[in-house]
Amino acid sequence: MIKAEPRNRSADDLRRSAQMAAAQAGDRAAYEALLRECVSLIKIFAAAQGVPPDQIDDVVQNVLLTVHRARHTYDPARSFTGWLRIIAERRSIDVLRRVGRQRAREIHSPLAFESYADENADPMRLGRDTAASSRVHAAMATLPERQREAVEILVLQDQSLADAAIVTRRSKGALKVNLHRGLKALRGMFAEQD
Amino acid sequence: MTSTSHDQLIHGLSAGLEPVRRLRRPALRAAMWLAVVAAIAAGLAAFADVNAMWQRLIAAPDLWLAVIGSTLTAIFAAFAAFELSVPDTSRLWAALPLPAAILWIAASGLGCLRTWLAPQTHVATMGEARDCFVFIVALSIPLAALLFVMLRRAYPLYLGLTAAIAGLAVAAAAATLLNFFHPFDAAATDLAVHAVAVAIVIAVSSALTRRIFGRHSAPAGVTAARSSAN
Repeated sequence: MIKAEPRNRSADDLRRSAQMAAAQAGDRAAYEALLRECVSLIKIFAAAQGVPPDQIDDVVQNVLLTVHRARHTYDPARSFTGWLRIIAERRSIDVLRRVGRQRAREIHSPLAFESYADENADPMRLGRDTAASSRVHAAMATLPERQREAVEILVLQDQSLADAAIVTRRSKGALKVNLHRGLKALRGMFAEQD
Repeated sequence: MTSTSHDQLIHGLSAGLEPVRRLRRPALRAAMWLAVVAAIAAGLAAFADVNAMWQRLIAAPDLWLAVIGSTLTAIFAAFAAFELSVPDTSRLWAALPLPAAILWIAASGLGCLRTWLAPQTHVATMGEARDCFVFIVALSIPLAALLFVMLRRAYPLYLGLTAAIAGLAVAAAAATLLNFFHPFDAAATDLAVHAVAVAIVIAVSSALTRRIFGRHSAPAGVTAARSSAN
C-alpha cells in the first residue's frame, strides 16, 4: 500500500534497473549512460511539479547528486523510474520552497528599478570589480592544478566539501589541505602586489 | 552551458564510481534493531522480578494495555523509521505507529482514573518518578545511537519526519523496558514524568536532524553557484 510498484514494468524501466544494478557493482559505463538518460526524465518530473524553467537545471543537478549518494538504497527488484520520480519530486519541492522563500524576501519591480536612482550607486564600482576579478583569476592561474580546483569549487562556487569530494574524486582532507595552501599562496601574491 | 555542466557532473560522478554494498530491506534492518532491544530486555529481565511484574500487569487492564501499546509503538515506529529512511517511500509510513501510540497514551491515562490501587504497587513519589525519567532518558541514549547509525546508512528524504519517528521508537522502547523496574500504579504525576521523558527524546531526535542526516540534505543551488562563478 505504501510503495508504488507497477506490476508490469516497461522494457525501458527494466533496462534502467539493470544499468543501476551494474552501477552498484561499479560499472562506470552503465552508470554514465543511465545518468545521461536520467537528465531528460528529471526535467519531465520537475516540470510536472511546477518548477519554473530557470530552476529546472538546479533540480537536475540536485537529483543527480542524490541518485549518486543514495544508489546503495536502490533495490533492482523495484522500478528504477519510480525511484527516480520520487527523488525528483522531493528535490523539486525543495527547490520550490527555496524559490518561495526568496520571493517572499525580494520584490520584482522593474519599473522602480528604472525610475529611481540608486543613491549608493558608484559608476566606478563596475570597473573596480572587473579589475579585481581579473586580478583574482590571474593569480589563480599561477596556482598548481589541485589548489586552483579546490579554491574554485569550494570558494568561488561555494560548494560543500562533500559535493566537492564527489566531483573531484578526492578526499575531504586532501581538499582542505589544497584549499588552505591555495588561499595562503593567493594571500602571499596579493600582499606582494600591494 | 547547462548541458555542459550536466555533462561535467555526470562525468565526475561516473568516473569516481565505486562499487557499493546494497542496503538490506528496511523490514530486515528494523528487525535487527528490535533484536538488540529484545536482547537488552532479556538482560534486564535477569535483574528484575519478572513474576512480580507479571502479577502487577495482569491485575488491571489499563496496565497491560499500556505495555502492549508502548511495545507495539516501539515495533511499528522502528519499522516506519527504516521504511522512511529509503528514498522511494511514502510519508504515510509515519502513521503506522500512531494507533499503537494512541492505545499507549489512552491506557496510561485511563489508569489515572482508576479509584483502586493495583496489588503489589504504590503511587510513585516524586523521587521515584524522577528515577523513571532518568531510566527512560539514559536507556534512550544507546538505543538512539544504534538506531541513528543504522538509519544514516540509508538515505532518507524526509529528514525531520524520519528522525521524529525514530525518536518515538526509541522512547517507546525505553518506556516498555522501564516496566521491569516499575512497581508503581498509574498516577498523573508519574504519567506526566513519562510523557516529558518521551517528549524530550523525540524533541532531541528532531532537533539533531541536521547533525544526524546533514549529508543527506539537498545540495543548495549547484547550478546557480556554478553560474555565478563563471
